[in-house]
Amino acid sequence: MITAGIDCGARNTKTVVMKDGAIIGKGLAPTGFEAARAVEDSLDRAMQQAGIARADIRRICGTGSGKNAVPVADGSVNEIKAMARGAFFFFPSARTAADVGAEEGRAASLEERGRPLDFAVNEKCAAGAGAFIEAMARALDVSVAEMGALSLRSEREVRIHAPCAIFAESEVIGLIHSNVPKADISRAVFDCIAGRIAAIIRRVGVREDVALIGGTARSAGLLVCLQRQLKVRQVLAPPEPEFGAAVGAALCAAEGPA
Amino acid sequence: MTAEKTSEFWRWAESAWSDPGLAWDTARCITAGVDVGSVSSQAVIAADGRILAYSNLRTGGDSSGSARRALAAALEAAGMSESRLDCCVGTGYGRVNVPFAQRTVTEIACHARGANFLYGPEVRTVFDIGGQDIKCIHCDENGKVTNFLMNDKCAAGTGRGMEVFADLLGVPVTEVGDRSFEFKGAEPAAVSSTCVVFAKSEAIGLLRRGWSREDVLAAYCQAMADRIFALVKRIGVKPGLAVTGGMAKNRGVIDRLMLKIGLEPMRTRWDTQIAGAAGAALFGQAFCLKNQ
Repeated sequence: MITAGIDCGARNTKTVVMKDGAIIGKGLAPTGFEAARAVEDSLDRAMQQAGIARADIRRICGTGSGKNAVPVADGSVNEIKAMARGAFFFFPSARTAADVGAEEGRAASLEERGRPLDFAVNEKCAAGAGAFIEAMARALDVSVAEMGALSLRSEREVRIHAPCAIFAESEVIGLIHSNVPKADISRAVFDCIAGRIAAIIRRVGVREDVALIGGTARSAGLLVCLQRQLKVRQVLAPPEPEFGAAVGAALCAAEGPA
Repeated sequence: MTAEKTSEFWRWAESAWSDPGLAWDTARCITAGVDVGSVSSQAVIAADGRILAYSNLRTGGDSSGSARRALAAALEAAGMSESRLDCCVGTGYGRVNVPFAQRTVTEIACHARGANFLYGPEVRTVFDIGGQDIKCIHCDENGKVTNFLMNDKCAAGTGRGMEVFADLLGVPVTEVGDRSFEFKGAEPAAVSSTCVVFAKSEAIGLLRRGWSREDVLAAYCQAMADRIFALVKRIGVKPGLAVTGGMAKNRGVIDRLMLKIGLEPMRTRWDTQIAGAAGAALFGQAFCLKNQ
């Protein structure tokens, strides 16, 4: 059976097409201000990659903050369930899952079969979300990917004290003016957001393994800081982690109407 | 995201003032108060408990340099040399970086003391809405703090948040208040995001949907008023309300906030941004008299 999961997020809309439990196509489009258009675009790309037509898809399930803007969906699933299913698909050993995208962060504890037991959410504050990393990369005048690589080369720990993304930006500019190396500032940025994500995760309890999905999990710099702060062996992240919740939604679609 | 900035809309005019009629040659005690905030720095020079001169400048990357610059500007306005000062008191977020100050006093105490001086002894509640924090202070008739509450963790409702919006919309921050009442038709609903980063994305969406800049300003000023109100109602507002700090100059936020509170704020002829430095200078006076 072929199903699709569409995760309509604040920054990007991601579609994953799955056939009998395997991923056969992925598509991404910037959500922008026309979510419905982004949904169509990302779905088209995923179908093209999978080499299938619309009629081949049995069911489509939406998720993400814009899930109500997914008119093509047969149903929707909440972000916690999509996250849990997606993270567990990649890592059956995961007992804690977190999903941190551009504007929201969430975490859940998982039982042995991957179902969420307890969850915590931040959707009010940019300091615990990817938007924070983007803003700090802009202040440093590097790409987000470069910032990740830079942070791993840091030789000295510096701290950003401000809990707010707006104030942290002023602090980063202050550090730049004091000639603190960009590598050290980059690590400080990841330490800062890792602290916020760790705080959400601790609310549901830290049980290994810990898996992180969402666009922020692309950054090895963040994974290292998070691993250190949670005092765990490792923080697992799938390849192309931004598709994690869409995978979860596609799996939910395969289970039929909720 | 690398678009050239043609102007800095957050920028406001720095100023210095002195009272030409106040003779200080024979003053018993001349003190300075320096308030180094995250966004602005002020210095006030007081002679025997009266304000002689002040300056109001933007805080730069280095706070001790900003403190020095503010004091120098106030001294210049007064036509006085630094050696004439009997005592200098530092306050504000950057008070530890006022190397020439003999004492430091918290900004909470200084704002209450300063508001008592600038607005009169009837002040019982002070809202200080500055660049990086919001404080609600209760005080007695001597300007002594009896209770306070502050938010210094989040930019929502602060002057820095307003600067971000001024820059986004290309409206000089000093014009935001008036422009926010120039919306057409019914007053727009408040921006729903609390976080300034998210409010900014929300505002960009509203602009794309055809909202005017005035509409967006109205919606954001309302959101700021809502945010400040949520904080101050936790501690309560007693009549005799003084609003200090830079935000006091933004009627877009303050008028909307007062409508929610149901009070008329007190008026002052002084620059509302100097309350902290004025309080510090007056504390200096007290230290000075104690030592004489």
